[in-house]
Amino acid sequence: MLESKIPPGSLEHKWTDYKGHCKLVNPANKRKLEIIVVGTGLAGASAAASLGELGYKVKAFCFQDSPRRAHSIAAQGGINAAKNYQNDGDSVFRLFYDTVKGGDYRSREANVYRLAEVSANIIDQCVAQGVPFAREYGGVLSNRSFGGVQVQRTFYAAGQTGQQLLIGAYQALERQVALGNVKMYARHEMQEIVVIDGKARGIIARDLISGKLERYFGHAVLLCSGGYGNVFYLSTNAMGSNVTAAWKAHKNGALFGNPCFTQIHPTCIPVTGDHQSKLTLMSESLRNDGRIWVPKQKGDTRKASQIPEEERDYYLERRYPAFGNLVPRDVASRAAKERCDEGYGVGSSKQAVYLDFSAAFERYGTTEAGIHGIDNPSKEQIISLGKQVVKEKYGNLFDMYEKITGENPYEVPMRIYPAVHYTMGGLWVDYELMTTVKGLYALGEANFSDHGANRLGASALMQGLADGYFVIPYTIGNYLADEIYNKPISTDHEAFQIAEKKVQERLESLMSIQGTQTVESFHKRLGKIMWDKCGMARNANGLQQAITEIQQLKKEFWSDVKIPGGINELNTELDKAGRVADFIELGELMCIDALNRNESCGGHFREEYQTPDGEALRDDANYMYVAAWQYKGDHNWELHKEPLQYDVIKPTQRNYK
Amino acid sequence: MEHYTMNLNLKVWKQKDKNAKGSFKMYRVENISSEMSFLEMFDVLNEQLIKAGEDPIAFDHDCREGICGMCSMYINGKPHGPWQANTTCQLHMRAFQNEDTIVVEPWRANAFPVIKDLMVDRSAFDRIIQAGGYISVNTGNAVDGNAILVDKDNADNSFAAAMCIGCGACVAACKNSSAMLFVSAKISHLALLPQGDPERHHRVINMIAQMDKEGFGSCTNTGACEAACPKEISLTNIARLNNEYLKASLVAEK
Repeated sequence: MLESKIPPGSLEHKWTDYKGHCKLVNPANKRKLEIIVVGTGLAGASAAASLGELGYKVKAFCFQDSPRRAHSIAAQGGINAAKNYQNDGDSVFRLFYDTVKGGDYRSREANVYRLAEVSANIIDQCVAQGVPFAREYGGVLSNRSFGGVQVQRTFYAAGQTGQQLLIGAYQALERQVALGNVKMYARHEMQEIVVIDGKARGIIARDLISGKLERYFGHAVLLCSGGYGNVFYLSTNAMGSNVTAAWKAHKNGALFGNPCFTQIHPTCIPVTGDHQSKLTLMSESLRNDGRIWVPKQKGDTRKASQIPEEERDYYLERRYPAFGNLVPRDVASRAAKERCDEGYGVGSSKQAVYLDFSAAFERYGTTEAGIHGIDNPSKEQIISLGKQVVKEKYGNLFDMYEKITGENPYEVPMRIYPAVHYTMGGLWVDYELMTTVKGLYALGEANFSDHGANRLGASALMQGLADGYFVIPYTIGNYLADEIYNKPISTDHEAFQIAEKKVQERLESLMSIQGTQTVESFHKRLGKIMWDKCGMARNANGLQQAITEIQQLKKEFWSDVKIPGGINELNTELDKAGRVADFIELGELMCIDALNRNESCGGHFREEYQTPDGEALRDDANYMYVAAWQYKGDHNWELHKEPLQYDVIKPTQRNYK
Repeated sequence: MEHYTMNLNLKVWKQKDKNAKGSFKMYRVENISSEMSFLEMFDVLNEQLIKAGEDPIAFDHDCREGICGMCSMYINGKPHGPWQANTTCQLHMRAFQNEDTIVVEPWRANAFPVIKDLMVDRSAFDRIIQAGGYISVNTGNAVDGNAILVDKDNADNSFAAAMCIGCGACVAACKNSSAMLFVSAKISHLALLPQGDPERHHRVINMIAQMDKEGFGSCTNTGACEAACPKEISLTNIARLNNEYLKASLVAEK
């Protein structure tokens, strides 16, 4: 069932050999082949643009009003690449090694190596497109550090790197739209996959303005629809981010890989109340300059400024002297939870820790004073100069923090707490990014492939663009080369009719419930179950309870949800209802997967399996595999295992001390 | 920061679809926390409406962290409301007091037709980008990133222009519904970089032509756009656009 199609040969030659031997489609035939791309974030926009440039006929879909709004736009910190511009010992191998280790040895060596190999091309491509990365005075590109890594390989554009990369990909996409190679369908949402003779041949999409269902044919279908963090209701994802496209694929035969691998990001603005609709990330790059601490005294109610230095516990620096504040995300999140659970949390909710920049103000201020030739600067002068430097680096993040909390982070330390941010799990794909359904691909966060059980910072942008710009243009040819004999299938084909009918019936049954509880209320309840029992720490008992509760919630949803309006009109509640219905089913699978994995690794922390000092305890003998789940009907999945082989790296316990 | 709760009267534009005639409707919301965002207050209102069997208010929103550019409410006569350099989703209720009446309208511009209630169609912006808001480089063509040196000031200014989120507040703020700030931000982003140089003449001529075709008005030099811009895109960009346009008209062959 699971054939990963990893090319033979030594690790460093696999991708080169693959490219040298994969099938090609000649330009005249490319014009006859149609490709559907669902989602226009970094993976989708870069894939649609690159495939359009190659001459394929592309149709791209997004649910937002413009492809430029996809949630990749919100990525803040940066993008990794093995350029070694800093001469600090970086290389393709080191990026590969850091990523596999960061993922706690639950990713595929060959995929990750390829990712590291193409990382340098991504930076070149983006620069050529006019992405205004940060630069040094000499005109060269600037780098910064990110968590889990000891070199400086992160390229950035202030705190808006995702925005700039997405605008680059969006512009490349719009250029192809202008040239007629890509047809763009905004405010459209994919509702179903059409499979004919075992191959993905199209989709049913809903025009979100008119509510009408539409049929689209493609020789291949690419899902670039992002992650499913919104299953937790509160996450750093956009309000519209959803699992629907991936879930439809799953229910049509595509296996779902490692669904329980969720990334909880350590530095987010804490929850303030029940009204909260989403959580906001404060970039990991802040951990370069901010120091994380809590009071040494339990339940200390003094203001941060009144707690003297010697009464502060810089717990990351204490526990992990080698990496300090720059340990990977899963480690930093758990450490914050541990302190808060023990009663050392700060703020009114006590569910927060401090991220403090005062040391950075002083350090940068002293350097600046030197640069400006100020002798014997006063403390105020130093702090003020230092704040200028920090403002230039992270100004937009500080502004955002102040707008949300009403507190000025230049004066008082930020309060932060972990929040759901990214999902490493996703549709299972082989080396060519194809799911278990022929002709159906998954790119970017929508697939499971490269980050194992924990993603390192600044690697999501890298993976999305690697898949879209540099992997799929090659691997899709290997499939489409045999499709040149197949003419486009009419959307009157029976399979399209059946798929459309299925969608229509589901919409009708949702509308016909006319119950008493709103979609939002169900989503909140699902989120609470997931966060409490399948969040930062999990245990068998809690997961079993969660499964029962989710099954109950599903019943209740399908008998008591209240959706206003009609089907054939703009109806945002109906859109949301469809997404929440899919999240409920996914939530169950996530808990099943978490329960199956009797070990702790990366972001998956099972309380039963930890080292004496509270670190994740892997069980390589029994769980060194990708858990790929096959949908078998309501509440019923079959587990398939793809064993992970480490030929080059020797898995050890991750050590950031 | 002191937290408080408030009761509010909302006067909101309701319009069934593109062709319908719209009107204002009054709503009342109670016990709104000063810690909520403006859109979370709308969530509360919509939940209330759904439970009462009424039609919820349609509005665009997505990231809720001020970067996607999707939210677009005209609040008390200002795009994105009373705060400077801010988007609607980042506006928080502490900007308001108990018993305030808040007027909420969609963007108003011929080039941005209303779809429903507070949602408008901004696809004209995409078509302006299609007219030339890019650098024509196919994937795989690139040279090493550091082979192209960019003066730091130019890179910084280019980035400052590229921060535009395409929300359309500039158009909504302008009495002529001009899109000059949006177009100038893209022109500046690309014109300030060496990579953007080869296409600079055609780019500016074609983008301006498309902007006119979409029905956006002329620039009035009032600066309302700059004042409303959530990303503080500078009016200097419009000067640069005019400069680029003039140069291009003199040298472009077609």
